[in-house]
Amino acid sequence: MTAQIAACPACAVAPAGEELAARATAAQGAASLLLSLPEIHCAGCIAGVERSLMAMPGVQGARVNLTLKRATVQADAGLTAEDLALALSEQGYSAHELDAASLGTAENDRQGRELLMRLGVAGFAMMNVMLLSVAVWSGATDATRDLFHWISATIAIPTIAFSAQPFFRNALSALRAARLNMDVPISLAILLAAGMSVYETAQSGEYAYFDAALSLTFFLLAGRYLDHRTRSVARSAAKELAALEVPRALRIEGGTEAMTPVAELAVGDLVRVLPGARIPVDGVIETGATEIDRSLLTGESLPVAAGPETRVSAGEINLTGALAVRVSAAGEDSSLHRLTDLVAIAETARNRYTSLADKAARIYAPVVHLLALGAFIVWVVISGDIRLSLNIAVAVLIITCPCALGLAVPAVTTAASGRLFRRGMLIKSATALERLAEVDTVVFDKTGTLTNGTPELTNLAAHSRRDLRIALALAEGSAHPLAGALAQAAKRAGLRVAPVTDLREIPGHGVEALFAGRPVRLGRASWIGATPAPRTATYLRIGDEAPLAFHFADKLRDGAETAIKALKAQGKSVLLLSGDAPAAVADIAARTGIGDFAADLLPQDKVARIKALADQGHRVLMVGDGLNDTAALAAAHASISPASALEATRVVSDIVLLGNSLAPLADAVLTAKSATRRIRENFAIAAGYNAIAIPVALLGLATPLAAALAMSASSITVSLNALRLR
Amino acid sequence: MEVLVILIPISLFLGGLGLVAFFWTLKSKQYDDPEGDSRRILSDQYDDAPPE
Repeated sequence: MTAQIAACPACAVAPAGEELAARATAAQGAASLLLSLPEIHCAGCIAGVERSLMAMPGVQGARVNLTLKRATVQADAGLTAEDLALALSEQGYSAHELDAASLGTAENDRQGRELLMRLGVAGFAMMNVMLLSVAVWSGATDATRDLFHWISATIAIPTIAFSAQPFFRNALSALRAARLNMDVPISLAILLAAGMSVYETAQSGEYAYFDAALSLTFFLLAGRYLDHRTRSVARSAAKELAALEVPRALRIEGGTEAMTPVAELAVGDLVRVLPGARIPVDGVIETGATEIDRSLLTGESLPVAAGPETRVSAGEINLTGALAVRVSAAGEDSSLHRLTDLVAIAETARNRYTSLADKAARIYAPVVHLLALGAFIVWVVISGDIRLSLNIAVAVLIITCPCALGLAVPAVTTAASGRLFRRGMLIKSATALERLAEVDTVVFDKTGTLTNGTPELTNLAAHSRRDLRIALALAEGSAHPLAGALAQAAKRAGLRVAPVTDLREIPGHGVEALFAGRPVRLGRASWIGATPAPRTATYLRIGDEAPLAFHFADKLRDGAETAIKALKAQGKSVLLLSGDAPAAVADIAARTGIGDFAADLLPQDKVARIKALADQGHRVLMVGDGLNDTAALAAAHASISPASALEATRVVSDIVLLGNSLAPLADAVLTAKSATRRIRENFAIAAGYNAIAIPVALLGLATPLAAALAMSASSITVSLNALRLR
Repeated sequence: MEVLVILIPISLFLGGLGLVAFFWTLKSKQYDDPEGDSRRILSDQYDDAPPE
């Protein structure tokens, strides 16, 4: 499994821009490989994917999971996930390799299955005991009633011992820490109801609460299961985003290059970074010249020239030339990893936010205990009958038990996250919806968030056809994003390539060739001999004519204008804070209609701005993708990042936009608002039921039948109310 | 009322049978891919249980 196989020579000279080709060449023995299939959606896709996988030589088994949009493949050693992905892409199914190690799904699965098992057992026991109880309620007496109660007891006691364990465990750990949580009254109610019922049965008493104890367990477990499922879907999808970035690097050892996990790199190793690939470590360039895209780290949209002795950081993207980088910090010490400290700080700050459910539990638990205790004492004083008083206290505990409360929040969150997930948004934090609903100010980052990070040619019309054709010919010789944008714009204008010869790319500078015997060059201002303009541009020089400038502007992300317009219509103030140059920021602000913007901001400045807004009483939603936004995302009340952001950035954000468009943003805020409203309504419904049921129980009028009715009715009303969210 | 002596064990046995069936579905991973399974019935290929 740990065998390192040398990368094939073809990979070492892979065409630029193919980031995927740079990863994933390590063979993993006859292991199972995981593929992410983001676009499959139907029976035809399942059959098609499985058939094309099975048709590949070396594949022993393939199984598609449509729910997770994933395929598990058992393959011979030597076959890589990359080959499989490539074969599937040829068939028209987009596929990406997933890093099985960073997914670690087994643990999650086991917990969910365990909860489901307990839920099933509780459901089975509840139904059977309920049947027996109906017989008792409809008039069974004496020996028959006692027999039914005993049968109920033999079903209920083992079921409670098995199914209610999660509540007992939580309650115990809360009590050990000298705290009260929701599980303390739950456990107390279940245990007291079961114990009291056994005693009553032994005394051949009239009332037994076995059915109530079981339905309590069942409804509450249902809430727990919903909660767990919502969270594990979000967690596994978030992990999947991380697993898409397979952490490997090409290590150069004695003339050969081997794919090595980044975790195994040591300081002093030499690493090959191909054009178009993300730099995996912090280091210093040994050989090679290139341009580096730092936008994810700093927000600058202009690439920076780099050559030997230039320091590079993990997360930057190598644009034009192949590099050999000497590792100066790897793994735990790299600048990417140091961000985890920052993330940890952010998490604790967020954890201080008390969710509605916690607030309710904080009031609820002591009130219920005091009520039951009060009822017991008062009835002992009035009647002097301890058995009767205890019965009434138990009835109070059962009737007030938070079936509705336990379902009120999970039912709504499940419905809301499901709705948002279908629109391409992934909710990662449990309290994200509540915080998002309170937002009144939205702060955007520019590069990579409002813009795609891909440039667009703006002055095509300013050049002659001849110049454009030469520029197109030169641009096609480079993988640089500006060259790509230039070639795309020229082709769209219907231009053909000029006949040039001796085309070659000088990494870090540009492309040169011969046109009709004269040298032509396309590239950086300094290399061409032009005066650089203060904006994104590339320059063309034909022979010794005056240099020509091609200007570029950032392309707006899909839906950016719609989202901002909708947010403004909702009465939110919208700001643009960027680390990029003022001219580029002003341009984007004007195009999206944002009046309030600031440029040239350092990460600390962004945080300061957001803190200042918070001090003025604003609740800020930060939308950003870069490492320079990470601190700001953490400081904001709620945060959203696109899926294209680095993992460190996605970790601190509450919601990840899976699609490419920003349009669902405004919708997310609305859904969050209505979800919070539903949660409050559900609490009101639960409180309403209790307002009627508690006096009845306190007066000693509650029968097991009344308790069962109140409990079921409130749970069902609350669940139905949650479904209205759709 | 003597019939209860027969009826109660029968009802418990049948209920228990349902419970055992539920355990089996859970153990054989039949809740892992509800979306996919609902589509697979449309495919004409015979499909064995999901591989372990």
